[in-house]
Amino acid sequence: MKMYLSVAKLRFVTNLQYRTAAFAGIVTQLFFGFIFIMVYVAFYSRSSAAPPMSLQEVVTYIWLQQMFLGLIALYFRDPDIFELITGGNIAYELCRPCGIYGFWFTKVLATRVSGVVLRCFPVLLIVLLLPEPYGMSLPPGIGAFLLFLLSLFLGLLMVCAISLLIYISIFWTMSPAGSILMVAAAGEFLAGMILPIPLMPGWMQQLANLLPFRWTVDFPFRVYTGNIPVEEALMGNLVQLFWLALLIGLGLLLISRALRRVVVQGG
Amino acid sequence: MLLYFKYLSILFRSQMQYRTSFWLLTFGQLLLPFAVFAGLYFLFSRFGELQGWSFFEAALCFGVIHMAFSLSECFVRGFDMFSSLVVSGEFDRLLVRPRSTVVQVLGSKFEFTRFGRLVQSAAVLGWALRNLPIAWTPLKALTLLMMVAGGILIFSGIFILNATLCFWTVQGLEVGNVLTDGGREMAQYPLNIYHKRVTLFFTFIIPFGCVSYLPLLFLLGRAEGHGLLYALLPLTSILFLLPCLAVWQIGVRHYRSTGS
Repeated sequence: MKMYLSVAKLRFVTNLQYRTAAFAGIVTQLFFGFIFIMVYVAFYSRSSAAPPMSLQEVVTYIWLQQMFLGLIALYFRDPDIFELITGGNIAYELCRPCGIYGFWFTKVLATRVSGVVLRCFPVLLIVLLLPEPYGMSLPPGIGAFLLFLLSLFLGLLMVCAISLLIYISIFWTMSPAGSILMVAAAGEFLAGMILPIPLMPGWMQQLANLLPFRWTVDFPFRVYTGNIPVEEALMGNLVQLFWLALLIGLGLLLISRALRRVVVQGG
Repeated sequence: MLLYFKYLSILFRSQMQYRTSFWLLTFGQLLLPFAVFAGLYFLFSRFGELQGWSFFEAALCFGVIHMAFSLSECFVRGFDMFSSLVVSGEFDRLLVRPRSTVVQVLGSKFEFTRFGRLVQSAAVLGWALRNLPIAWTPLKALTLLMMVAGGILIFSGIFILNATLCFWTVQGLEVGNVLTDGGREMAQYPLNIYHKRVTLFFTFIIPFGCVSYLPLLFLLGRAEGHGLLYALLPLTSILFLLPCLAVWQIGVRHYRSTGS
């Protein structure tokens, strides 16, 4: 355990070095947030039937998405791990005195968290103070807020487990780019990154409900806005735990398979 | 120009060596904008209209901008990847050759896999055009061509501007995405749905409005005034590109090697 903590800490400190990049990220996220909100405002302005999500909820959803982009985006990848597998340095990795899955998991987790920590608070401060309709609202109650934190955390662990599955697939494909692009595009859509799940047509929502992706983004954010009430959210946490166990189990199984037949490429 | 096409053919042959990877990437590239387009479609099917714009009208706007973006991403990719040239010191080599730096950087990298994006935008454009009751005249056809061409010039200008930043910062900055990806994301909807100030900025500073929104009005028969004016409006993108090239020249003169 101590070992994993120091891996995490090291990764964290390294990433905190890039402060200019973080500032650039903040500007970018604010800009994109504004553009998306303006589009939704335009759509909502002439809507006759009441949509399943209020504009205020959608705006809050978008800001959460921009703030926590680094935690949830599937297309973020760790180039180091690719290098390790395709470059042959995986051999060193196998010499370490700890499980490779846990080691990578910690690494991915720490990278994502450190990327977000610097960015989310300044953005949060700004978007809470923005005037109508651009401002982000507070959660309906302390219960919803705490459950949001819990479900965001579980969602984050799920994203890490999914990322690791993608990394492990490189053992077989050797070329990361194409397959990742496809998983990322489909996964992000089904997670609610392009539009919130309740705004999708019925059949698409059913599809999204069958897959793990929506539990990483759509679920925590709707718990925050109050679109999903507290009792339902508790049930949702159980579903998240179920998926998490499944994804990690699959990852462990596949990596042990992959390592048994690993060919270290060159020296 | 001849040199540029020579670069292209070399790069194309080298990328075709990895055929499976090439097709997978191309297909993946198709999926990303497809997801965005699906989002737009779903929003229209829920809300019906967008401040008076119908789905196919918005799809036309989307198709034009994405086509311009994917073409410029294909052909001007060298500038997008420019920071790696500076970091590795490769740019020094380009400087000693007796050719313009612009052409050499353009030819240094060429992403044929972006064709996936191109195919997707062409499909959207075709679908929208089939379903819109546009009374076609030669002038309108010209306008459509000019819209795409103007869009390419604007995106190229932004790519060059971003690359120029590398002379000072060495590393590419994420802020550049605001103008490339952000500009695309924004211009894929008719501009008048945005806040007034945003519309003005993207009409007079970065003339997206001149290549998408205003000619679109003419195509759809919503504009007043002479059609030729609208057909030539995308030419304003040249006014944007020229200062970008000038800034690039200043950057090249300012360049100091990283020494690696």
